[in-house]
Amino acid sequence: MTLFADPTLWLPLAFAALMGLSILVYVVLDGYDLGVGMLFPFATASERDRMVASIGPFWDANETWLVLAVGLLLVAFPYAHGTILTALYLPVAIMLIGLILRGVSFEFRVKAPAPHKWAWNAAFFAGSLMAAAAQGWMLGMYVMGLEHTLGNALFAAASAVFLCIGYSLIGATWLILKTDGDLQRKAVRWARGGIWGVAGGLAAISAATPLVSPRIWEKWFSVPEIFLLAPLPILSGVLLAVLWFSLRRLPTADDQFAWLPFTATTGLVILAFIGLAYSFYPYVVPERMTIYEAAAAPGSLFIMLIGVLVVVPVIIGYSALAYWVFRGKATELRYD
Amino acid sequence: MEALDTLLLSRIQFAANISFHILFPTITIALAWVLLFFKWRYNRTGDYDWMRAYFFWVKVFALSFALGVVSGITMSFQFGTNWPGYMESVGNIAGPLLAYEIITAFFLEAVFLGIMLFGFRKVPGWLHTFATAAVAVGTLMSAFWILVLNSWMHTPQGFEMRDGVAHVTSWMEIIFNPSMPYRLIHMLLASGLTVAFLVAGISALRWLMRDRSNELRKTMRVGVWMGALLIPAQIFMGDLHGLNTLEHQPAKVAAMEGNWETGSNVPLVLFALPDEEARENRFELAIPNGASLILKHSADGVVPGLNDFVAEDGTIEHPPVAPVFWSFRVMVGVGFAMLTLSWAAAFAMRGGRGVEGLPRPLLWAFVPMALSGWVATLAGWYTTEIGRQPWLVHGVLSTEAAVGDVPPSMVMSTLIAYLAVYAVLLAAYLGVLVHLARKQAHGAEPEPGRAADPAPEMTPVPAE
Ligand code: HDD
Ligand code: HEM
Ligand code: HEM
Repeated sequence: MTLFADPTLWLPLAFAALMGLSILVYVVLDGYDLGVGMLFPFATASERDRMVASIGPFWDANETWLVLAVGLLLVAFPYAHGTILTALYLPVAIMLIGLILRGVSFEFRVKAPAPHKWAWNAAFFAGSLMAAAAQGWMLGMYVMGLEHTLGNALFAAASAVFLCIGYSLIGATWLILKTDGDLQRKAVRWARGGIWGVAGGLAAISAATPLVSPRIWEKWFSVPEIFLLAPLPILSGVLLAVLWFSLRRLPTADDQFAWLPFTATTGLVILAFIGLAYSFYPYVVPERMTIYEAAAAPGSLFIMLIGVLVVVPVIIGYSALAYWVFRGKATELRYD
Repeated sequence: MEALDTLLLSRIQFAANISFHILFPTITIALAWVLLFFKWRYNRTGDYDWMRAYFFWVKVFALSFALGVVSGITMSFQFGTNWPGYMESVGNIAGPLLAYEIITAFFLEAVFLGIMLFGFRKVPGWLHTFATAAVAVGTLMSAFWILVLNSWMHTPQGFEMRDGVAHVTSWMEIIFNPSMPYRLIHMLLASGLTVAFLVAGISALRWLMRDRSNELRKTMRVGVWMGALLIPAQIFMGDLHGLNTLEHQPAKVAAMEGNWETGSNVPLVLFALPDEEARENRFELAIPNGASLILKHSADGVVPGLNDFVAEDGTIEHPPVAPVFWSFRVMVGVGFAMLTLSWAAAFAMRGGRGVEGLPRPLLWAFVPMALSGWVATLAGWYTTEIGRQPWLVHGVLSTEAAVGDVPPSMVMSTLIAYLAVYAVLLAAYLGVLVHLARKQAHGAEPEPGRAADPAPEMTPVPAE
């Protein structure tokens, strides 16, 4: 332990990184689930069954990353999680009810008597939309420092709309990867529509964050930093262009490059996330509480770190197994 | 006043959410093992009826699992939204336990669930069996960690308080706290019983709907035997659990027994209306010396009474009496009903008589008893948790001190929203159980030629 002489310094940082990582994984993975849910109204009945089949074996594990993220907030930063979650009380409740509706509809829409199927389809869509919008709202509020003012509420509302579009884009690119035929063609069209929303959203958040906080302005626009950080916006631009051109070409006859839009979108999410993380470090409650002030006792963090370091590679291993078992185009889901 | 309202509403909200949540883990924990048993029988005997049983019950499992997952996610946010004081004061202990639950259990279950449900045709048989086992182990580990935490809240040890924050002194003492083994075994048996009676109840319903498939005969036997074997163990464990509680939380036991005055030769109260104002029982019906006998194993054993837990200034330091008293009786009552029914049925089915041996009234009795496990489990949890009041962590943190600073109107509105959603989901869940049973009963192939079915794998059960 001589390398890391002072655990009160590196442990909170390690846990902030882990928490960030699980939020990031969650946004990409459940992003495609929720996006597929929000695209439901635009699809026909048989397309819906295939859309659900493309996410059915994965959604539960995807959602578990949210449990891990909030779990890490809860266990590693006990002094912050109360402040954050009580400030976001209502949107959290809306998100939870959304996740409940979405999650149970997977099961009910195929197990309930056929005449009820439409209602569970509607619940699937409504739940996905509620969860995505609530998450977008929370992101906006968080960026604005969790202060409830009218201006912040407007910003949060805009952020909610952008996140819904963003998730729909991830969902559409996932469908391009996992389906073929008419549904794939439709998904390409949905994705084209999504690009604009995402570009707009990225621009808005990038512009607003430094304006809100002089500290963040400093971090981005002072001299060595601005050059070191330049790759972030440049790479984002490149990925947007890749997305744009690949969507104009797809679907191709031999289904080459069907993976490209999803990969590019994932890249965009990662870049946006790095930008946000850079802006907010070292705060866990923006401008109010740093990760060091909020952290649990080093002994408890250490016990958890051991567990995490041992288990997370195993989790990644068997997640990879599940994706490999259900690789290729989505087929009908059968128990037998 | 404001704080009080938020406190009361938050308590109701937490109780509503955890009550809804626990219904589904109670099923999934044991049903996963039952499914593994079906799969194992199929692997051993090659009898495809075991796979038919698997495919029917895996649907119930998938549905229950989904409800368990989504309501569980609500639970993990509740700590932050409603009880911020909890993590601030005992987070160093609760945190790692919750974290270990997430990383060792939740991911294991969630990832292998996909293969377990949809992988039978996609992966080799051994991998499908392995996935089923992984899910079963996952549910068990999840129960282990959360019950460690919950037991620690009842019998805390292995820590020291510094500036109002608990710091760990020994993880061994925390994990193996005195009530943990009792609570864990009692809860696992409760889960097994819930599933036994669910399986027997739905099977009885299908039989009454004229389903005569061999698969059904098998599951009915599994359900009845599982119930008959587990219930004596549960009653025995419950007794030990009560003795353990007497040692660590005497006020709770006094409330369970409805005993006001400490003394010897305390009667066992069968029925009463405990009156906290007058501090006495009304309409009491009791067996002389009963409580002394059960709790101290001698007629003149001294049993603690509630009046010991009133401070000099009149502050009441024991839990509310009537809810603890009554929920305890409901649990024990259901336990004895389970004993009677499962033993009567096992007797009627003895010596290869099978389901045919069951008289119709017994079959009918199994139908409402399908949900008896839920009733007993909830009643048991209410006994335990209300019996811990006014503490959140016994002797360390009061419930009042942990509540968040949220306007009551917000807690109220979200509470109403949750209750509405839960009511709809519960109705839908029960409706779908009956619907699945009916579909299975009517969709089953006609009786003849069953045994000689040449290629049973070719007759798939409806997909979902
Ligand atoms: C004795 C068992 C037991 C008890 C008392 C609880 N749970 Fe639970 N929980 C389970 C047994 C379980 C389970 C068997 O592992 C579940 C049920 C169905 C499932 O998918 O896993 C589950 C699911 C589940 C999930 C979803 C996991 C996933 O994404 O796969 C979360 C987040 C929680 N629970 C959290 C909690 C919290 C915060 C509780 C207490 C306050 C709690 N549970 C009580
Ligand atoms: C799983 C079955 C459970 C049920 C049915 C249950 C039920 C309840 C009920 C009815 C209360 C309210 C008591 C009152 O306020 O009078 C309560 C309180 C509480 N329980 Fe449990 N509980 C369960 C498990 C757990 C577990 C596993 C934990 C934590 C690890 C837990 C933590 C709490 C907390 C934090 C409270 C305080 C809030 C309150 O007093 O309402 N419970 N529970
Ligand atoms: C019939 C004899 C039974 C006895 C004597 C008995 C005894 C007890 C006692 C004393 C407690 C309170 C533990 C505490 O102090 O915290 C308890 C809790 C509980 N009981 Fe029972 N019980 C019986 C039957 C059942 C049955 C049939 C079920 C369910 C199928 C059940 C499920 C539970 C549950 C879930 C709890 C709460 C968790 C715990 O504390 O273990 N019990 N039981």
